[in-house]
Amino acid sequence: MIPEIGHYALVLALLMAVVQGTLPFVGASRGNVAWMEVARPAAYGQFLMIGLAFVALTWAFVVSDFSLQVVIQNSHSLKPMLYKVSGVWGNHEGSLVLWMVMLSGFGAAVAAFGRNIPPTLKARVLGVQGLVGVGFLLFMLLTSNPFVRVFPAPADGNDLNPLLQDPGLAFHPPFLYLGYVGFSVAFSFAAGALIEGRVDPAWGRWLRPWVLIAWASLTMGIAMGSWWAYYELGWGGWWFWDPVENASLMPWLAGTALLHSAIVVEKRDALKTWTILLAVLTFALSLMGTFLVRSGVLTSVHAFAVDPARGTAILILLLLAVGGSLLLYAMRAHTLKVGGVFAPVSREGALVLNNLLLSVSCAVVLIGTLMPLVLDAFGHKISVGAPYFNFITPFLAIPLILVMGVGPFLPWKRADLGAVLPRLGVAALLTVVAILWALWAHGVKPVMALVGAGLAAWAFCGAFAEIAERIKLFRIPLGDSLSRAASLPRGAWGTALAHAGLGIAVAGMVGTSFWLSEEIRVMKVGDQTPLAGYTFTLDKVEELRGPNYVTETGTFTIRDGDDLVATIDAEQRWYPVAKMKTTEAAIHTTFVSDLYAVLGDRTEDGTGWVVRLYHHPLVPWIWFGSIVMVLGGLLSLSDRRLRVGVPQKRAAPVRGPVAQAAE
Amino acid sequence: MSRALLVLPLLLFLGLAGWFALGLTRDPSVLPSNMIDKPAPAFDLPPIADSLPGLKSSDLKGQAQLVNIFASWCAPCRVEHPVLMRLAGELKVPLVGIAYKDKPEATRAFLDQLGNPFTAVGQDRDGRVGIDFGVYGVPETYVVDREGRIRYRHVGPLMPADVEEKILPLMRELSK
Repeated sequence: MIPEIGHYALVLALLMAVVQGTLPFVGASRGNVAWMEVARPAAYGQFLMIGLAFVALTWAFVVSDFSLQVVIQNSHSLKPMLYKVSGVWGNHEGSLVLWMVMLSGFGAAVAAFGRNIPPTLKARVLGVQGLVGVGFLLFMLLTSNPFVRVFPAPADGNDLNPLLQDPGLAFHPPFLYLGYVGFSVAFSFAAGALIEGRVDPAWGRWLRPWVLIAWASLTMGIAMGSWWAYYELGWGGWWFWDPVENASLMPWLAGTALLHSAIVVEKRDALKTWTILLAVLTFALSLMGTFLVRSGVLTSVHAFAVDPARGTAILILLLLAVGGSLLLYAMRAHTLKVGGVFAPVSREGALVLNNLLLSVSCAVVLIGTLMPLVLDAFGHKISVGAPYFNFITPFLAIPLILVMGVGPFLPWKRADLGAVLPRLGVAALLTVVAILWALWAHGVKPVMALVGAGLAAWAFCGAFAEIAERIKLFRIPLGDSLSRAASLPRGAWGTALAHAGLGIAVAGMVGTSFWLSEEIRVMKVGDQTPLAGYTFTLDKVEELRGPNYVTETGTFTIRDGDDLVATIDAEQRWYPVAKMKTTEAAIHTTFVSDLYAVLGDRTEDGTGWVVRLYHHPLVPWIWFGSIVMVLGGLLSLSDRRLRVGVPQKRAAPVRGPVAQAAE
Repeated sequence: MSRALLVLPLLLFLGLAGWFALGLTRDPSVLPSNMIDKPAPAFDLPPIADSLPGLKSSDLKGQAQLVNIFASWCAPCRVEHPVLMRLAGELKVPLVGIAYKDKPEATRAFLDQLGNPFTAVGQDRDGRVGIDFGVYGVPETYVVDREGRIRYRHVGPLMPADVEEKILPLMRELSK
């Protein structure tokens, strides 16, 4: 009964989305306020119905209703409750429902909070959002209905892929989707503005909070995914340039560019056509990520069940949404008035450079992900993998981070580099100190490690140098500086935090990529192995039983000289239902480095185990830095300037379509 | 801005979409390898360790076997590894490996940690042999018959279901 309610709610949601995607457009073009206003209740209703469907599906997973096909395929009655719930979105059908919850949720949020957006633009934005919803709901109902019943119902389910039964991965997809779907709002704003034929600084200001939410969520989602890979795959790698990871990195790069170019629209009324294009492309890349993962064009660990029929449906969706908006762009973008001009060396110039580098990075990832497939279609064979990306990353990351340090110091319109650079003296000095420290601690090779350490320090110090400059630290009494700090806009603090977070994360990446120590050997119970100044002792190995797996658990104690540092358990799990083995690495973190142990197979004579031990310097900083970046984004989001409903200094938005038309 | 330039994103996107559409017409996991039913490419790869022989094309003749192309840096390879261990162990399927674009010490560490299912492993450091096979991403697995011809190609990690439904039936047929 409950699944049928869910199914019915999806159909109702589709009808509401159809209303939301049609009437407001007609209303906006005819100046009919009542028809425009329909968008709001329709958006609320769609959200409510999809929410109901989501609850119904969650219920089916929680009570293990094995008459539903998705539950059979992705759950098991013995699975822990957390993974029963996360099983809802751990599969293709359910993840679409979650995706729709977010899409309609964003639509409802725009309807509820976008009070100061002119009614015609708002109607059109919600209309586009409604159309995207129609596409996804049709896709879901026609090819991927989560509420399909099976008769007779089997006694138990097939279990969720054990690699996915993990707290890190349970919450990774929701954040990722929140990011992907958040960019749909930017897309709707872009399409709405193209239909409207108008982009002004206010548009940039309305756009930015949505981009910030999406960006912060996506950052969090990607960070969680890499954290999962780090501890679950069993050797401390955290990024693999896997096609599915790339699919999430591309919208992140484009979204980061969008975040920055929207500032230029808001402050200087420039880069408008470019920003519109970026908004469309960012969402296009989000959709493409979905397409690539689910159509089976690419194969990967993370990929859901492959189905060409679904692939075709997503491709049609992609064609309509992206092709349609790019057509609109080709037809209408020239009507947007070109705004403020600026000198190459200026804040705008630095942001253009930022956009250029981020877009090129995005293109590089796109090419690296798709090229092998493209060439295969022409009968050529080529392989692109980690070596390609690792080779090319420094060429883009180095200039990006260098510019990132300087950019915030540059005034708008025109800047004098000679006057700005001396103000970065302290940051430059600290950068040199960091390089010297790296040289002293780890030696001159590899040189790239020293460059990386310098970049990390530059990003971190540059971010705070800008704050120090603005509060005149040490140039006026400290108390005055503090009161200046308190009155700085939150956006400024947000920028500094996000930039500093990137610096911290870069330090972590450099540390674990270049200064890792590892030891692989056979250990018997009682054996000791020295590594990076610590001693690992294998205390015991036990066979234990978990709720839906059996495990061999090795207990290690780690000592620094005679001092006990930690006792950690490394597991090797066997999931009998899914017939899969996973490793659960044992990790002890000191916050500046991780000690990491993996228990491998028992040796043939049965007395020892193959054991891998690692010392990963600075690695926790990758995720700590990511969290700082997310906090920066959220702080920026709370800036009064962006808060909805705050009266603006500019002319109040014109009420009503009649006044709008007279403008 | 020139209007022609504004059309460019649309054209690029349509090109990409058209190509995706083409990609959809093929079953991705059995990519139409030009190599199907043809002899495996000629190669002679050095071993990764003294204790384990290297691999050359003449080794592929004599019995039907699986050739798995893998790398220590590849996450899906780790996922499929237990499946390979089971194939080589309880199912007694002959299995040889090609370590693709990988340092021999990294490959050794990978096999030490997860177990070695292979009777021979050739190191393909620059990826030439992988390219001759038509690899576009590790892992890939090829079924080679006793004349040394490629009979089946599996792209991506081998999962238990792939083994039951495709690999084992084919191996049984080829071993008759």
